[in-house]
Amino acid sequence: MAATLKDATAIVGIGQTAFAKQLPQSEKELACRAILSALADAGIEPSEVDAFSSYTMEETDEVEVAKAIGAGDVTFFSKIGYGGGGSCATVGHLASAIATGQASVGVAWRSRKRGSGPRPWKNTAVQLPTPGQWTRPFGLLRPADEIGMLARRYMHEYGATRDHLFNVAMACRNRANENPAAMMYERPLTREMYMTSRMISDPLCLFDNCLETDGALACVIVSAERARDCRQKPVYVHSVAQGLPAQHHGMVNYWNDDPLSGPAWTAARHLWKQADFGPDDVDVAQIYDAFTPLIPLSLEGYGFCGRGEGAAFTEGGALEMGGRLPINTGGGGLSEAYVHGFNLINEGVKQLRGVSTAQVPDASTCLVTAGEGVPTSAILLRA
Amino acid sequence: MTTTTTPATTTAATTTADELLIPVPDEDGAPFWEYAAQGELRVQACAEPACGKLRFPPRPCCPHCQSFDSEWRLMSGRGRIWSYVQPHPPLLPAYAAQAPYNVILVELADAPHIRLVGNLVASADAPLDSVAPARLRIGARVQVVFTETGGVAVPRWILEKS
Repeated sequence: MAATLKDATAIVGIGQTAFAKQLPQSEKELACRAILSALADAGIEPSEVDAFSSYTMEETDEVEVAKAIGAGDVTFFSKIGYGGGGSCATVGHLASAIATGQASVGVAWRSRKRGSGPRPWKNTAVQLPTPGQWTRPFGLLRPADEIGMLARRYMHEYGATRDHLFNVAMACRNRANENPAAMMYERPLTREMYMTSRMISDPLCLFDNCLETDGALACVIVSAERARDCRQKPVYVHSVAQGLPAQHHGMVNYWNDDPLSGPAWTAARHLWKQADFGPDDVDVAQIYDAFTPLIPLSLEGYGFCGRGEGAAFTEGGALEMGGRLPINTGGGGLSEAYVHGFNLINEGVKQLRGVSTAQVPDASTCLVTAGEGVPTSAILLRA
Repeated sequence: MTTTTTPATTTAATTTADELLIPVPDEDGAPFWEYAAQGELRVQACAEPACGKLRFPPRPCCPHCQSFDSEWRLMSGRGRIWSYVQPHPPLLPAYAAQAPYNVILVELADAPHIRLVGNLVASADAPLDSVAPARLRIGARVQVVFTETGGVAVPRWILEKS
């Protein structure tokens, strides 16, 4: 039995549906299609699946998924909280279960109909007690408002500007323009468009916000030993971490002593401690981008630059192909699809297989992160 | 074990006549709103003499010394704007009607790490968009005022007279 998770498991299959503003299929059907596609990619029969992991909000129940796809007896299942903060933890939970012998074939997935479905923030009744009683009545209603508050302070403290946020939006859009599966394929963004777009929660404009998407993705995880016999080149799960910092408050982390150092910092410390390499050795990164300010905050948290240097890091094409750290090479949540970050996991796998539509030459290490600003998770993948 | 009394999160009205959202207190937060109704801004503090630390949002026990004894300490009501946003639609209808309005985060003068979400208004009962956006500034000094909305007294903030 492995004493460490390091490279003990690998992602051997990935699958996805189309991404669109509106798809006719149900969330459940989309989930099943993505999962079956990932299993076919791996060359593994659905009846061999004995572990499931998913995350909360717009959930598709594992009981329904297991019986629909024809899974065998399931001996491990988990559901991670906090919406987009759970994406990478699904891989981490399955890696743990498989490395410790609790299961042998794990499936993680995300299916959402956010494009055609209701906005979670409109359901005010369930949000009004803690912490909603302290924020909602004052008109701080949506995630964009909550993150905008941190963004304004970040800009004030460190001299970050809308141009820095534009650098993030532009890098993601440029990659989506190269990805035929992306919702923003062949839809270029210009600085003029960005600077004149309507505000959503000033200082955040339309292009600082992720897309609204219908779609699903899935991946398949097995032991490193079994991975050697699979159809695809294994992508090893090198390090995993979750992060819920002391005195953290979720999206409204305003009551922490230091609201600008979020869960990324906590996850990063553990992630790097378990790894054979550090931030300087990361070839490509897939960083959760529900909002552009999450990128500079995450660059700092995961140690690619110092505190307060995340905005400046985006200058000079650093996030573009050939730059210091190409990010979100499928287009990310801002321009490929917003499927609660799962597209970032599959894109990381594509990079290490060498088949991305925006391939970083010889990429052999990839950081994937989950939602910053909520209890989060991250994984390091290696070829 | 039977469940204890829970706040009326689903049955009570959660909006005012003009459909702004009304605070729905939980058990820990209720005293804040009771004091607000008396025109007092009070923050929960540990009642253990050796500790006495303030905490927000309210919760059952002290994260520093784990004491379950708490008291509510009167604040001066003065603070500074730590950050702010100006929401634009799509929003809930009552808020869209006043958009773009401001939401500010006030750092209390008496307790710098306790920050309250609120609105900067021209006077206690003025609308959420009653202060010109150009007057919003991080660091601006503000003073609490209270206004009644839907039967609940909520704190709002006005620029401190200098």
